[in-house]
Amino acid sequence: MDGLNIPLNHILLVSTLLFSIGMLGLMIRRNIIFILMSLEVMLNAAALAFVAAGAHWGQPDGQVIFLLILSVAAAEVAVGLGLVLQVQRRFKTLDMDDANRMRG
Amino acid sequence: MLEITLFYIAATIALVATVLAMTRANAIHALIYLIVSLLAVAVIFFLIGAPFAAALEIVIYAGAIMVLFVFVIMMLNLGEEGDARERGLLQPKIWAGPALLSLLLFAELLYMISTIEGPVSSQEVTAKEVGLALFGPYVLAVEIAAMLLLAGLVGSYHLGRRYLEREE
Repeated sequence: MDGLNIPLNHILLVSTLLFSIGMLGLMIRRNIIFILMSLEVMLNAAALAFVAAGAHWGQPDGQVIFLLILSVAAAEVAVGLGLVLQVQRRFKTLDMDDANRMRG
Repeated sequence: MLEITLFYIAATIALVATVLAMTRANAIHALIYLIVSLLAVAVIFFLIGAPFAAALEIVIYAGAIMVLFVFVIMMLNLGEEGDARERGLLQPKIWAGPALLSLLLFAELLYMISTIEGPVSSQEVTAKEVGLALFGPYVLAVEIAAMLLLAGLVGSYHLGRRYLEREE
């Protein structure tokens, strides 16, 4: 891969756009499955920024943080989907506006 | 030059697939677009010289995590009325405000990254270097990640077990 020079700020632009789309999805969707998917998109965008920064300086640290983000995402999804099953069983819906027993 | 073209193609695919994933009414359709988006991001990782991250992106994100989603969606068996309800919630008057807010955040982030210059290094960061960093200076972070995964395992087992018991 010689002579490869993708500008760093273009990769960061992609990462920023992905993060914004994920946040938009988080705000407009009421279905808890889509909320979890939006969280995945946002975590992935952050991971892209880390890996791009690591590649910019040629250091492995970016990929190390990527691994940590990956394990956070995996743990979050496992617990989140367990909660999805509980919400579906208790409220018979996945709409988060109906799950308002705490009157929040 | 070819790599740069490939990067722009992959980036476009990632963005379009993510937008489509966020706006689908059907959860499975959204999930498949999300997998496409993750694969495109994996291509970007390959192009910027992070093959280990790219492989993990495919194996763990597009493989394991997305399969978990598929599994839960199929277990819940949402059906057509769920789709119709979701479609009703995707009207412009609902998403206009949040879209404005995230556009503002995007503009701020854009302003902050606009001063950054320089290309990414053409030098590849190999899996060996990542492993040496992981078990050298970052060994404490690895242990914390291990504890986090254990907590996730216990938590999801607890939640899922009660779900299965009450169903019988």
